[in-house]
Amino acid sequence: MEEVVINSGDTAWMLISTGLVVLMIPGLALFYGGMVRVKSVLNMMMMSFGALAIVFVLWIAFGFSMVFGDSVGGKGLIGDIGQFTFLNGLDNSSALIGTIPAAVFIAFQGIFAAITVALISGSIADRAKFGAWMVFAGIWATLVYFPVAHWVFAFDNFVAKTGGWIANDLGALDFAGGTAVHINAGAAGLALALILGKRVGFGKVPMRPHSLPLVMLGAALLWFGWFGFNAGSAIASNGTAGLALLNTIGATTAAVLSWLLVEKIRDGHATSLGAASGVVAGLVAITPACAAVNASGALIIGAVAGALCALSVGLKFKLGYDDSLDVVAVHLVGGIVGTIMIGFVGVDVGLFNGGGSEQLVKQVIGAGAVLAYSFIATLIIGKIVDLTIGFRITHDQEIAGIDLAIHAERAYELSDNGQGSVLGFSKGA
Amino acid sequence: MKLITAILKPFKLEDVKIALQGAGITGMTVSEASGFGRQGGHTEVYRGAEYTVDLVPKVRLEVLVDDKDADSVVDVIVKAASTGSIGDGKVWTTPVDQVIRVRTGERGVDAI
Repeated sequence: MEEVVINSGDTAWMLISTGLVVLMIPGLALFYGGMVRVKSVLNMMMMSFGALAIVFVLWIAFGFSMVFGDSVGGKGLIGDIGQFTFLNGLDNSSALIGTIPAAVFIAFQGIFAAITVALISGSIADRAKFGAWMVFAGIWATLVYFPVAHWVFAFDNFVAKTGGWIANDLGALDFAGGTAVHINAGAAGLALALILGKRVGFGKVPMRPHSLPLVMLGAALLWFGWFGFNAGSAIASNGTAGLALLNTIGATTAAVLSWLLVEKIRDGHATSLGAASGVVAGLVAITPACAAVNASGALIIGAVAGALCALSVGLKFKLGYDDSLDVVAVHLVGGIVGTIMIGFVGVDVGLFNGGGSEQLVKQVIGAGAVLAYSFIATLIIGKIVDLTIGFRITHDQEIAGIDLAIHAERAYELSDNGQGSVLGFSKGA
Repeated sequence: MKLITAILKPFKLEDVKIALQGAGITGMTVSEASGFGRQGGHTEVYRGAEYTVDLVPKVRLEVLVDDKDADSVVDVIVKAASTGSIGDGKVWTTPVDQVIRVRTGERGVDAI
């Protein structure tokens, strides 16, 4: 490896980007929280906050090493868990990765792991035991996210000498996580929705979003945070980061238009939930492609993703799986669209943009491998959690509402009436 | 004594209140209500899932009056609440056994 020196511009941008991606966690919590009914808002938001907490602790303990350590046996499947256990040698103020402090790179990448896990929670709204979710989150991060992120994000000779097979051997392009984050979370969401089964009353009783302003606010925060996610994935303050940022706006705006157009034609109304969903669909689809396409390419990817995702949201009713907040329709479909379309519109590599079909084939293999591994592994992990500690709350708890049953809280106290009386206080330590 | 209960279109509440004050009524209770009659509801769409919402927002206005005033107060409410279109609401009266003013303990018509 050539000798590297710290670059203050890169470091400043990556410090900001890390803060931005952390903001995506409350952004997602609001986006999801607004979409559920009043009785399960807090649980929905807690699944995001809980995922951040458990996954980042594991990230420091061994996750970073499993993703960015030397590939075990050089096979590109998993990093060496013993190399950077508890960030051995990297958690100080002088270690560098690339041109930035190792500490910043580690923090930035750690939030990716947490967000990916949090995304899955949208498919199991209203009905998962919080403890079981936390256990699942830790196991899933360890057995699915860490290996897959190694495949996709660990480039040879960046952090360690040898990295993952998708990044180095296959050569599929995934700039910020269309495969490792979105296809991964989307496939897991589908598997988990199948394991937990439908909510009580699914398809029969109304389950309309309790607060669309929260959904809009969440989508806006996600969009803002996504600038760190995508442009920060340049790991530098440079032209690549700038292009990624431009495309992150272009694709997203195009996706809003196409989602709303589908709604207007299909349902007769352009809805605010559709606009917020279009935002996220566009962000998801441009994630892998934001550094590989020009502005026109980004508009095309966004427009296709917005339309296809909007058309996919009805599938769960037709096929009978309760992916409550459409993790499949938005993240799996959007992730596939973005990843595959690099093979069509990627500058110099896309079939329609100066390349042959070679890159397209690589993109399909990368997307397919992550989808298959995530779906199968999640089915197994989810089933084991369900058979051992039980994944679902009881029927009566679900009817009463998971916020009260599991967290002993209610999201909103809009009246002074019915406050109850004080029973007691926890004893101090 | 009679309790007059009126279900009104929310935007007509102000007109009804002013008309009642003009007719000498000094107190009333208003609460938010929802319900349906001949007006029917509306359709909402969320990510392609369509819901029929048949309960329409209304306000419920309640006034206590002396028996002899009941008919004229009902007329005042109906006149002020009417738009002529479907969903204007309903007004009904019910007999009341006793009324007590909490602060003074006055009973009957004196408490109204």
